[in-house]
Amino acid sequence: MSEKIIEIRNISKSFKNVQALSNVSLDVNQGEVVFIFGPSGGGKSTMLRCINRLETVDEGEIIVDGIHVTEPKPDLDTLRAEVGMVFQLFNLFPHLTVLNNITLAQELIRKRKRDDASEIAMNLLIRVGLPEKADSFPDQLSGGQKQRVAIARALAMNPKIMLFDEPTSALDAEMIREVLDVMMVLAQEGMTMVVVSHEMGFAKAASDRMVFLADGKLIEEGPTDVLFSNPKETRTKAFFDQILY
Amino acid sequence: MAKDSSQNASKERQEPGILPISARLKKLPWWALFLLLLGVLLIYSILKRENYRDAFEFIAPGLQVTLTASIIAFAIALVVGLIMGMGRISTNPITYNIATFYVEVVRGIPMIVIIIYVAFVLVPFFVNGANSLGNLILTTSWLSFLGGLGTSLSTLDITQIDPLARAIAGLSFGYGAYEAEVFRAGIQSIERGQMEAARSLGMSYFQAMRYVILPQAIRVILPPLGNDLIAMLKDSSLISVLAVRDLTQLGKLNRSRTFRTFETWNTVTYLYLSMTLLGSMGVKLLERQLHSGESVMTSIRNLFSKLRPGLSRKQVSD
Repeated sequence: MSEKIIEIRNISKSFKNVQALSNVSLDVNQGEVVFIFGPSGGGKSTMLRCINRLETVDEGEIIVDGIHVTEPKPDLDTLRAEVGMVFQLFNLFPHLTVLNNITLAQELIRKRKRDDASEIAMNLLIRVGLPEKADSFPDQLSGGQKQRVAIARALAMNPKIMLFDEPTSALDAEMIREVLDVMMVLAQEGMTMVVVSHEMGFAKAASDRMVFLADGKLIEEGPTDVLFSNPKETRTKAFFDQILY
Repeated sequence: MAKDSSQNASKERQEPGILPISARLKKLPWWALFLLLLGVLLIYSILKRENYRDAFEFIAPGLQVTLTASIIAFAIALVVGLIMGMGRISTNPITYNIATFYVEVVRGIPMIVIIIYVAFVLVPFFVNGANSLGNLILTTSWLSFLGGLGTSLSTLDITQIDPLARAIAGLSFGYGAYEAEVFRAGIQSIERGQMEAARSLGMSYFQAMRYVILPQAIRVILPPLGNDLIAMLKDSSLISVLAVRDLTQLGKLNRSRTFRTFETWNTVTYLYLSMTLLGSMGVKLLERQLHSGESVMTSIRNLFSKLRPGLSRKQVSD
């Protein structure tokens, strides 16, 4: 349980004049659900994107399941197949049906036969409650449905880790629940998850640990119940005061 | 006033059957009717009048040369364009600079100069290169197993390369640069998240291009590509400077053979126009079909099924 699967050591990253991350360190254990929150532009998404190398770091080191992500030529294909990612804007492939969205990478990367890939995809669609949408195109789905398909698509690769980059931020209020429900089940099943989000209810219910990032710095981290009830840093308290009624 | 006319417009749309005669006359595509009339007149002349028939029979074989050159050159230009277009958005500085050098240089030179340059400078240059390579193979002992290749390379003669092949090389070299920009724009029109999603699923850059980006980009770029094919059909007349017997060259020959300028160039113009106008009608239909949101292949199949009523809608919809 306490085996480290993600190690982030002193990473820094800047975009032109903006320091997006400065000297951030964080470990994630196998099976843990880590919830990252903080004000917009605080570096949450950047950190998540560094983990599967959609962004490169300027300094520091990231090791994911033994793969040194920050080296010049990491084994990206293995890394990305083991790390599933869910995006704020879903990024489903609009020219493919829901089923083919889920089977494409399975066939290309996991080298599964068409039938096997479809079966896995159908099972996942049942899990996220959308088996009847298999032959629809992404345009025909609601936001919440799209995001559930995107989660199924990532899960089809049997990742060891799932990264969620504000998965509910682009959704209408009434669709947030259906996505969080799927994520909740995933957390209960023991998936290692790193979630960037503003859904404090989800954090309370499903996460083991919370991390507060602001201005590119890791201000505070701790077990969810502790950090919720008794934040140490004034910056964290101020943020809670701002967002909670 | 404005309100009146907009009301009229909506009424017209609702009940097109009972338009007043004058309004209907105004809406007719007179230019097309006039064109059609000219076409009919010309066909009549070709059938009935000796001078026109003679010109037509002399010039018509050029159709095949023009079409062959355009279609082969366009196919090559598409491949060149795809490669160079991807080079233009590459983060690798070498690839990017090679592609940009090619695109900027070629687009800055008139097409006719490119055709002449390729035919009389680049092709001989490569033939010379092949000759020296062949000689090198023949005179180097440890390369003797390549003897046959060496002989054929060293004896390759510039006169063996036929003008049509040079013309096609020139056209595709010139159009490759324009197609590169079409591909680049098409690829860049697809939002970045698509590439990120594909990459985060473990796909390589080229897999993501092949299965995710290009299938979406092709919908965007098909109409401009169609327009470029038509432009190529017109620019193929430039290969007549290499004495390739295309429509234009046969026109020139026919004029100097018969001194019948009117008949010759009326026929040549008519033949070009019938190809380009048909082509642009095709592009327009395709554009409309793509707009309906179907996949590209379905759109093309549905288009053909509309043109060929024998093929039932059911067959092509699945």
